[in-house]
Order: sequence, then structure tokens, then C-alpha cells
Amino acid sequence: MQNTFPLWKNLLILIIFMVGLVYALPNLYGDDPSVQVSSTRETKVEQAQADLVESAIKAAGFGVKSFEFKEGRVLVRFNNTDDQLKAADLLRDKLGSDYTVALNLAPVTPEWLQSLGAKAMYLGLDLRGGVHFLLEVDMDAAVKQAEERYNEDVRLALRSAKIHYHSVSKDNGYIKVKLKSADEKPALLSLLGKDFRTLDLTEPAAQDEVWLKLSEAEIREIKKFAVAQNMTTLRNRVNELGVAEPVIQQQGQDRIVVQLPGVQDTARAKEILGTTATLEYRLVDVEHDVQKAVRGQVPVASRLYYDKNGSPILLDRRVIVTGDQIVDASSGMDQDGQPMVSITLNGVGATKMGKITQANIGRPMAVVFIEYKVNTKVINGQKVFHKEKVEKVISVATIRDAFSKRFQTTGLDSPEEARNLALLLRAGALAAPVDIVEERTVGPSLGQDNINKGVTSATVGFVLVLAFMAVYYRLFGVVANIALAFNVVILVAILSMLQATLTLPGIAGIVLTVGMSVDANVLIFERIREEIRNGNSPQSSIFLGYEKAFATIFDSNLTTLLTAIMLFVFGSGSVKGFAVTLSIGILTSMFTATVGSRMIINWIYGNRRVEKLSI
Amino acid sequence: MLKRNINFLGRRKIALILSSVLLIISIASLAVRGLQLGIDFTGGTLVEVGYPQTADLSVVRNSLNEAGFGDATVQHYGTTKDVLIRLKTHEGISEKELSTKVLEAINKNAAESAQLRRVEFVGPQVGEELAQDGGLALLFSMIGILIYVAWRFEWKFALGSVAALVHDVIITLGLFSIFGLEFDLTVLAAILALIGYSLNDTIVVFDRIRENFRKFRKGSSEEIMNISLNETLSRTILTSFTVVLVLLALAFLGGAIIHNFAIALLFGVFVGTYSSIFVASALALTWGVSAEDLMIPVKEGADIDQMP
Repeated sequence: MQNTFPLWKNLLILIIFMVGLVYALPNLYGDDPSVQVSSTRETKVEQAQADLVESAIKAAGFGVKSFEFKEGRVLVRFNNTDDQLKAADLLRDKLGSDYTVALNLAPVTPEWLQSLGAKAMYLGLDLRGGVHFLLEVDMDAAVKQAEERYNEDVRLALRSAKIHYHSVSKDNGYIKVKLKSADEKPALLSLLGKDFRTLDLTEPAAQDEVWLKLSEAEIREIKKFAVAQNMTTLRNRVNELGVAEPVIQQQGQDRIVVQLPGVQDTARAKEILGTTATLEYRLVDVEHDVQKAVRGQVPVASRLYYDKNGSPILLDRRVIVTGDQIVDASSGMDQDGQPMVSITLNGVGATKMGKITQANIGRPMAVVFIEYKVNTKVINGQKVFHKEKVEKVISVATIRDAFSKRFQTTGLDSPEEARNLALLLRAGALAAPVDIVEERTVGPSLGQDNINKGVTSATVGFVLVLAFMAVYYRLFGVVANIALAFNVVILVAILSMLQATLTLPGIAGIVLTVGMSVDANVLIFERIREEIRNGNSPQSSIFLGYEKAFATIFDSNLTTLLTAIMLFVFGSGSVKGFAVTLSIGILTSMFTATVGSRMIINWIYGNRRVEKLSI
Repeated sequence: MLKRNINFLGRRKIALILSSVLLIISIASLAVRGLQLGIDFTGGTLVEVGYPQTADLSVVRNSLNEAGFGDATVQHYGTTKDVLIRLKTHEGISEKELSTKVLEAINKNAAESAQLRRVEFVGPQVGEELAQDGGLALLFSMIGILIYVAWRFEWKFALGSVAALVHDVIITLGLFSIFGLEFDLTVLAAILALIGYSLNDTIVVFDRIRENFRKFRKGSSEEIMNISLNETLSRTILTSFTVVLVLLALAFLGGAIIHNFAIALLFGVFVGTYSSIFVASALALTWGVSAEDLMIPVKEGADIDQMP
């Protein structure tokens, strides 16, 4: 009973400690407020632009720490956030819409640590400021849109297969096909079996009818696609907004989390993320009487629209091109100084546009602006979301020439609207409308406050515990304190390795872990005192104290771990962060309090004659 | 430290009365007053703004009234420079625009404009889900603990420890109800951490009881349990004390956002320490736990083998 560890055990503990120290280190360096310039296009930022950025900032006289130009991006570090904000505004004006200027917090981790893969913990939005949105994808709308598409596809397929139908209509989730005669039913069924396998088929009593419904599998597929497509679009839009390190993740079946660190203008962020605006181009129906249509007699091949002033206009039912065929859009002014969006179509869209404009020179064409608006109404105390598809004709112009790939659209209210529309068209349309069901915005000043308060309270709590332990348990207390410090280092190292997000409740979790991990050492030391009182020798008291306390420590920590895991499974957001720190803290404290402190005690008392323990 | 011999379990009747009274008051308050649920659970909008100087709440209220937000509650938050505005769901204004409108409204007449510090909006459905998830987390923690303690110790201990946890949770909730403290997600996290802490305490006591049941072949259950409680008493007090130290630091220096979190835990530490002695152990004794229950236990020394 000499109370010594074999060499390998000592080495292993020391190695763990060293590794922990290295990976915890980056957190001490902090961040620089910085501005990141990247290109919105395929092309990367060239040296010329990098030089432009540098000279512009130097000319303005901001306090710059460094310029970095690599991987097609320019990163400028500043001495303070004030200069950072001003410089970002300056660069936005100078560089125009082809470049994204994003605010960023660039870590100051030195090269040698970076080369080891050591990174600082990621600060949560409550600490660095920013916006958190939880968006819900409107699945009903997605399914409805799909029904509409199928309805149109079935109609077209019947026409091209020369099957004569009386009507193809949507009714209560069904697409009902009514044939001119029941004789054509076999042809219809074979067509459906070939091209529309995703639709479930019902044959009602009427011989000349077939009812179709989206199959469960297809609905699942549509929903999956809607979320995936929306995430892509949101990612594009966020990139357009210029946000460094955004988080866009699916949560559950129909929700998407969007986190934008450092975003100041939340109103604009919300507008850009939630809008479902898109454009459609249609020919104007000049053959029929608009007034008749207003009275309810809308011609079969046309639809009634209204323009901005509320005057009615008849447009062709067929769409020439839709927003998803637009590959690029930029805003500007036309010759008359009116805001406009210049648009580039993809191959399919260009061909179609070319064909139709060629054949219809002299006929007017209309641009329809489509937007989903969500209104909340309270009916009988219940909140009801009412979604409205707003379609308005923003411009009507006579086709003077055939055009295809590139053209301009005018008729917008303001340069602002033109800019937003261009951004939205570039980023793509949302496959289904989204609602913001949760928002958490933290201003930058509050973020800094939270960091300061978190750090102060953690430090004070830690120091109080250290002081108490040293006074109460003397040398053993000092050993426990070393173990405690070791515990915090390893805990921070593991959290950094996992690239966990540090939140304010997370800091509270670390502090609480410190308070609770003292428990293991208290248990051991009380046990040692007891063994001494029972008349055991100092050496065997140390041995028995550690031995006997371990079962207790193991049991009590495991049950605490159990509740921490429940907290993680059912918690959300920052509560999850708390649960993660608490769980890892329990494990690391078990290690440091039993094995770590034992090693040091062994160094001090092991393998020699001891008369009295300093406990 | 001197050997104490406090007859804890002999006073379990008094403890029973005290606990019952506290439970009844808590439950009554929860039933009548309910909890002051934060928007995490109710849904709604919360806007925190900061002023360069002490903010005059009546001015803020008037501006909000003028703009048609008469139902907003306005209060200082943390310091007198920070103001917290709570809003219910509004007709006619989409949630998207609400926070922007509020900021516009209060800055319209103000000499010094407020700075937006924080906006939280939680949709009613999300709120319901968060509340539900919180309840589930509590429930599953309890079930997990029941199974684990029954397996490691004995079912009477398991029931005793879970009863102690329910006791702690109800009384802490009662405190929040009586004083009208806001109950939000962080407080829920604190309640769960409290369960972990209180249980930790209970297990340490049970562990010693088990050990002593095996060690002393003579003596009544009550005597042996009393000895165990006395033996672990100094540890119980010391650990609670260190935890209280860090919690005090969090409560007074950690800022308003985690203030209630720290308060819940601070109160919980006291209730939890009390309950592991007077509820968990006392109930296990009342239900007749005896040395025989623990005599043929899990393999002796199984834990020590697992020591790294």
C-alpha cells in the first residue's frame, strides 16, 4: 500500500492534461472584429479588388490590424467594432452588388494551434449578437401547388395523347377527369399507368370518370423536396445578405432553423427570408372584353388580373416563363431613370421566350408579380393564419422585337423594391411559403454584456470555491483545486474539439459543474478523515478513502448524467447547450477528481513514511 | 470534525408536517395563481431596449399607447437603463413587423433613442411544444431514476428518492408561483439540474446506508440510518455550501437573463438537501426498508473493478 501510480498511468494523465491545455488554449485569444469581402458570382475576388479594398480603407483612416487575401476572399481585421461597421458600409457602397460584404468575428488563434486543428468554441447568438429564426414550411401549400401542377400535366398529357375529355378539375384533393365518352377509358387508364404512377386511382360509379389523388409516398416526397428546396433557397438568400458563418438546418419534419450571427438589420433579414415573391411573364389577351370578365364571364383560355391601380386586365392562361427559369437578375435604372430589374433566363426559358416574342410582335406582354402574404387573424380567440396569394400586374409593354435571354422589367415602385426583387430572383423562389414561428434577436451590445457577465460570474464563483477548499482542506484542498482547474481545462478543450456552441446557460453549466465537481473531492476527503479517525495509518487512509468513495461518486454522478441527457433530448436551443456542458462536465470531473487528484496526492505522500496528513 | 449524533429520523414526524404544509401551500398557489409563464411557453413577443440613461417607463408606456400597443407590459430589466416590453399577439400586424413597429413607436417621441437589445418572438404552437417537451423531460428523468435506483439499490429507496424529487420540484415551482417569478426555459433547465443535484445528494446518503446495513449486523434500521445520515452530514453541508457559493456568483453577477435560473437552483439546493434526509430516507424507513433488503446485493466490489 504505497500509494503510487505506475509510470504509464502518470504519463497518460499528464498527456491528457497537455492535450487538454493545447485544445483549450484558442479560447483565450478571442476574436477580431472583421469584414469579409467575397464575390456573389462564380468568379472569385481578384487581386485588383483586394487592392481596391485595401486602399479604400486606408484612405478612410480606419484602425486596421491586418489585411488577408486568400481563397478568393478578403478578410480585414479591425481594432474596434466601430471602425468595422463604418468600413463595411463604405465597402458596400464602393463595391456594388457583385460583392458580398459581411461582418465577421475572426479568431486570433496563432498558426501553430490552427495547424493542430485547435479552434475556439463557437460563441452562441446570445453572446455575439445576431438573429435566430425558426421557419415553418407550409406543407399544405406545397401539396396544393403539386396538385395544381399535376392537374395541368394530366390535361396536357390527355391533349397530346388525343384522348377527348370533358373536363379535368381539382376537387377536394382529387383531380377528376371526365371523359367525353366511356370508350376512351382504357386509353386513359393505360396513359395514367404509364406516366402518372405516383397518383392513386379511384374509379367512381360514373363510367366516364376517373378520380386521381396524390399517393402517400408522393406527398411525402413533395414535402421532403419542399423543405430541401427551401433550404437551398434560404442559403442563397442568406449569402446574398452577406452573413458570415450562417447556420441553416432542418429541424423536425417541416421546420428550418436559420441563425445569422452579427446581423443588425433584422427587419430586412426577415423580409428577405420570408418573402415568396417571384415573377411570371404572360401575354395579354386582347381579343376578349375585360368588362365582361369582371362581371364573371372570364374566357376559358384567360385569367383576370388587376394592375397596381386596381384596373382589371385579361392575361393568357399559359405562362411564358416563371421565376425559376431566371438565372440572374440585377437592379438598376433604365434610360428614363425608372427603377428596373435586368433579367437573364436559362436555356429553356430563353428558347420559349424567343419563340413567343417572335410570334407575337406587336402584342402586349405583362409581368406579374406574385407574393404570398401571411396574415394572422384572431377568430373566436383562436389564432388563424390566413395565407393570401397576391398577384398583381406590375408592367405591360408591347413586344417590339423578339428577345430571349436578356431583357429588362420596369414598373417597380422604388429602387429598394427593384433591389429586393433582383436579390430574390437571383436566390430563387421558395418551393413553399414559410412562416416565422420563433425569433430570437440579440443586439451586439447585449451580446458583449452577456460575455462580460458570464465571465465575471464564472471567475468569482470559481475563486470563491478555490479559496474555500484551500482553507478547509489545506494541502488536500490545494490538490483538489489543481484537479478542479484541470477539470475546467479539459471540459473547455472537449467543448472546443466538438465545436460546441457556447451560450450563456452554457457558461452557467460550466460554473455549476465546478461547484458540483468539488463534491467528488469532498466525498473522498471526508472519507479519508473518517478513516484517520478510525485509527488507520495515513497511507491506508488515503487508499481507503479513494477506494470507498469511488462507488458513491460513480452512482451519484451517473444519476445526474441521466437527468442531463434527458435535458439534452427534450431541451431546445440554449438549454441543449447547458445540457451538453453539464454532461461532459460530469464525466470530466469524475476523471479529474478521482484519478487526477490521486496522482498528485501520490506524488506528495506516496512511497514514504507519513506521520500526519495535511487535511 | 467531532462525531455528531443528531436524531434526524426521530424527527421525521415534524419533517412530515413541514413538508406537507409546504406542499399544500405550493400546490394551492400553483392552482390558484399558477405560474408566471414566460413567452417561451405562452408564445408572444418580447422586446428589450437599452437607453443611455435611466429610462422613464411612463414615457415608454405613453408612446406605446399612442401607437395602439395599450396592452403591452413595460418594466425595467436588470438595470434602470434597460426596458423590457412584452406584447401579446396582435391583430392586423404580422409577427414579422411587430418588433420593428414597437421600436419605431417608442423612439418617435423620445429625446434619446432606445437601442434594440433583444427581440424574442415565440409562436403559440412552438410555445406549446416547448412546454410539452419540458414536461416530458421531467417525466422521463423521473422514470429513468426510478429504474436506475431500483436496480442499484432497492425499490423502497427508488420510491423514496423519486418522492423527494417530486417534493423538490413542486416546492420550487411553488416558490416561483408565490413570488410571481417568471418561469421560462432557463428556469426549466434549472429545475432539471436541480433534480440531478438533489438526487446526487440522496444517492450519497443511500450509498452510506447500504454500506452500514452490511457493516453493522445489529441495531434497528432507524439507528443505522441515523448513523449514516450523521456520517454523511459534513459532506452534505460542504458540497451544498460550495454549490451555493457559485450560485450566488451567478445570481448577482450573471445578469438578468440567468438570474431566475440561479434563484431556482439556489432555492432548490436547500430544499434538495433537506429532502434527501427528511423525505427520501424517512420515506424509505417508513416503508420498512431493512438490512435484509440490501443483504444479497449486486456483486461486492463491482464498482471498484471499474476504477480506471
